[in-house]
This record gives sequence, C-alpha cells and structure tokens, in this order.
Amino acid sequence: MDKPKSSAELAERIAQWRTHLLARGAIEPSDADELEDHLRNQVAALSSAGLTAEEAFLVAVKRIGQQEEMTREFARVHSDRLWKQLVASPVPDGGASMEARTEAWVVVGLAVIAALSLKVPELFGQRLDPDAEGGGSFYSRNLSFFVLPCLVAYFAWKRRLDRVTCAWLAATFVAAGVIVNAFPFSPQGSTELIAALHLPIALWLPVGIAYAGGRWSDPAERMNFVRFSGELAIYYVLIALGGGVLTGLTVGLFSFIGVDAEWFATEWMLQCGAVGAFIVGAALVELKKSVVENMAPVLTRVFAPMLAVLLVALLGTMAWTGNALALEREVLIAFNLLLMLVLGLLLYALSARDSLARPNWFDGVLLVLVLCALALNTVLLAAMSARIVEYGSSANKLAALGENLILVSNLVGSAWIYTQFLRGRQSFAALERWQTAYLPVYSVWAGIVVVVFPPLFGFA
Amino acid sequence: MNIGKDLVAASATPLVLAILAEDESYGYAILKRVAELSDGRLQWTDGMLYPVLHRLERLEYIAGHWQTPARGRRRKYYRITNRGRAALALQREHWQEVDATLRRVWPLAAEAKS
Repeated sequence: MDKPKSSAELAERIAQWRTHLLARGAIEPSDADELEDHLRNQVAALSSAGLTAEEAFLVAVKRIGQQEEMTREFARVHSDRLWKQLVASPVPDGGASMEARTEAWVVVGLAVIAALSLKVPELFGQRLDPDAEGGGSFYSRNLSFFVLPCLVAYFAWKRRLDRVTCAWLAATFVAAGVIVNAFPFSPQGSTELIAALHLPIALWLPVGIAYAGGRWSDPAERMNFVRFSGELAIYYVLIALGGGVLTGLTVGLFSFIGVDAEWFATEWMLQCGAVGAFIVGAALVELKKSVVENMAPVLTRVFAPMLAVLLVALLGTMAWTGNALALEREVLIAFNLLLMLVLGLLLYALSARDSLARPNWFDGVLLVLVLCALALNTVLLAAMSARIVEYGSSANKLAALGENLILVSNLVGSAWIYTQFLRGRQSFAALERWQTAYLPVYSVWAGIVVVVFPPLFGFA
Repeated sequence: MNIGKDLVAASATPLVLAILAEDESYGYAILKRVAELSDGRLQWTDGMLYPVLHRLERLEYIAGHWQTPARGRRRKYYRITNRGRAALALQREHWQEVDATLRRVWPLAAEAKS
C-alpha cells in the first residue's frame, strides 16, 4: 500500500543525488540526465528482481560508483570544463596544502634564479641597455634563455616529466644557446635581429612540450597550452602594470626623502621584475586557471566582430575607390600582424567554444573575418608578385614572406573546415584538430629562420 | 575472478566500440551487454562507462544523440562512426598482437618454473 509514498521518496532521493552530482562542476545537466537515466534503469531492474525501492536505490547508487571518482573522470574527458571550473579555492587537505607550499617555494626560487641570471652577464661586461657601450646585442640574442629554461623547469617539476624528455628539452636549449652565440653575426646586422626575434617563438614549442607533460600529441593538451599561453599574456600584462606602478612609487617616494633610487628601480626592479613575472605569471595561471580565464574569449567576442567590420569596410573602400595597396616596405609585416591577429582571435574563440554546440552567428562572423583577411592578403600578394622574385635578396623579406605563407595556409585550411562545419559536413572537433596539429609549424619555421637564415645570408 | 582496474580500463575502448559496432545502444544497455559477454566476470563501476563514452564521442569514434520516447524520459543513444570502425580495427590488431605474445610466453614461464 505504501507504493506511492516510496516512489515519491525515490524521486526525491534521485533528485538529491543529481543535485550533488551537478554541484561538482565537471558534470553538466545533460550528463546528469544520462546518468539519471542509468540510475532509473538500474533501480527498475533491481525492483523487478524483488528489492524494495529503498534497497534498489542504494544498490544502484553503489554500483554507479563514487561521485568524486566519476567527476574526476568526467573532468579528465572534458578538460576544457575543468579549466573553467577549477575555482580558486580547492578544499585543501593536509597533503594538498603541503604540496601548495612546496610549489610556492619552487616558483619563487625559479623566479629569483631567472631574475638573477639576467644580471650575471653584466658581471662580464655585457650591457642590457642597447644604447650603452657594447650593449644590447648579447642580451637581445639571449633573452629567451633567462626566462624559458626556468619556465620549462617549473613544468618539468610540476608534471614530473620523465628523464628522457627532460634530457631532450635541455639539449634543445643548449643547442639553441650554442648556435645563436657561436654564429659570427655582423654588428647591427639584420640576420641577428631576425634570429633574436624568432628564437622565442621557436623555443615556445619545448615549453609547450613541457607544459603538456609528455602528452603533447593529445590535441586537448595542446589546446590547453594555447589557453595557457593566452592567459599568461594577460597575467603578464596585469603584473607588468602593477610592477610599473610599484617602480614609479619607489622612485617617487625615495625622492621625497632626498635619495635617488632610480638606478635601483630601473636596473633591478624593472629588469628582474620583467623576467621573474614571467615565471610567477605562469604559476598563477596554473594555480587559478579560472579567475581570468574568461578574459581571452571575452576580448575575442568583442574584437572579432569589430575587426570583421573593419576589414569589410577596407575591402569595400578599395573596390569603390580603386585605390591599390601601397607597396611599401612595411606592408608585408603589417599584413603578417593582421593575419596573426585574425588567427589569434580564431584560436581563442575556438579554445572557449563548447565543441559539441551547433554553429551560431559568431561562427559566421569568424568565417567572414578569416575570408576578408585572406582576400586582402591575396590582393597584397598579387600586387607584390612582380617583386617577389627579388625577395631572395634579403633575409628580412624572405622571413616575412615565409610567415605570410604559413599564416595563409593555416587560415585557408581553417576557412575550408569552418565552411564545411557551418554546412554541417564537418564537426567542430576537426577544426580544433587542424589548429592544434598546426601549432608546431610556427615554431619549426622560427627555428629554421634562426638556424638556417644567418649562414644563408652571410650573417649580414 | 576480479580483473585489475588497469586492464579493465584498457579494454573499455575496444569493448564499447565493438558493442556499438553491433548496433546503436545506450549506457545501461552497453553495461548489460558487457556483463552478458563476460558472464559477469568483467566488473565495471557503472559510472565509469560514461566518461569513456564521452571521450570516444570527443574523438568522434562514436556519435551520440538524444531520443525522447512519446512517454518517458529522454535517453542518449550512441552509434559507431567510420572513424570509430577504423579505430576498432586498429585496437583489434593491437590486442591480437598482445594476446599472441602472451600465448607464446605462457609456456616459457611455466617451463622456467618447473
């Protein structure tokens, strides 16, 4: 006779179980629907085998397993969700807080090492200030080596990288260091500048490999690295703003008591801070993935439509007035920057998107943006084709042209897959795969520019 | 016999793909099928199936869709994709290789003991 009562009770207990499941973040309502369906099936089967509703519910819940374990598994599959949900305050038990303290020491230690290593060459007469006598060139070539090894070391420690990977990463850095310092660059030459500019891009790949902790082949892990890079940039800018204020205050306040602190502020605070902030920023991004996480996608949402309108207007104006692009020296570099911006917007829009969601208007905006950028770039390359033949003559132009081609091929591929996706013939995951598979190309090209270009152009 | 956790986890992908290669299905039914096929010897924690399904869906080895019967709750069905079939074929090769190697080594291990 108590059947209605127990079924109402059962419904309530299932609802409760569901609420607990959802409270953990990594599981979304549609997943909960799926799990609830499973639970109800199980309860029904057990009930028909003779158990009471109460017993059936308990057994079914037990069989479906511990919620913590399940959430962890869901979080691993949907690591993008985890990224948004890892809110700043995980409940630390004894072991976790101990680990957090060790991590804090490691981070501070590495930041200090990075900052001080910047100062060591000054003992041997190198100067950071390019205007100073004998200054600039050593530091511009080696800037990557003050920051990136510490960053890699941090991830190697954090991800417990195996020795083989560590050895490879170390070997890469040593090889890069030997190459850029052994090359007999002519002073003030353009190949040295090009090498200095491309080296960080080339070495960003080993950073990514360390970040991925041995799972670099996994597209999801690469996407996480893209997210990480974007957030690190945002954190770095924020820290730099704070550091600038602090430096200004230091100089100002000491001047009030008649002490000149400017040498300390510029030589030590600014320089060491700029290097150390990199490591600290990276650790913060790791620690509190979610706090500023939403920034890169928000910026993308704001600027992608605006840039799309700008490009359409530019194309329209060019068609209307018949004005051609002026083929000045900077135009290729400017277009590379434009393509990079478009690609960045695309990448961060992708990184924040639910990969199972249907196409919406924003996807259309992105596609328009990509197509406009490609159209403009085609106009540029067509106009330049006559002069492309002479490009072999200069390292600068060849490097810029190579970058242009790399960016264009990525965007052509993206536009193609995006069109297919909007027409429902491709899944969104294909676009993600394309972008993540493409990531090493940038670094490899930058590596080629660093290693091959200087000898090719006689270190001029 | 309780099969170890790692082995269960490793065999989950080929098992799920193979079951879905028979016909489209949903979580609860897949688990029942696993129990049936293994005579109840392969014990999964039920909840662990769903992360596996979602991972395979992300990899596009299987595709999920919701179906709502006229009366009742909606349910998520999965069916295998072409990518999934290719992955299954590959998994099958790998497992056969492992199996073949083990078969060769069992007698050796037994001999060494005696």
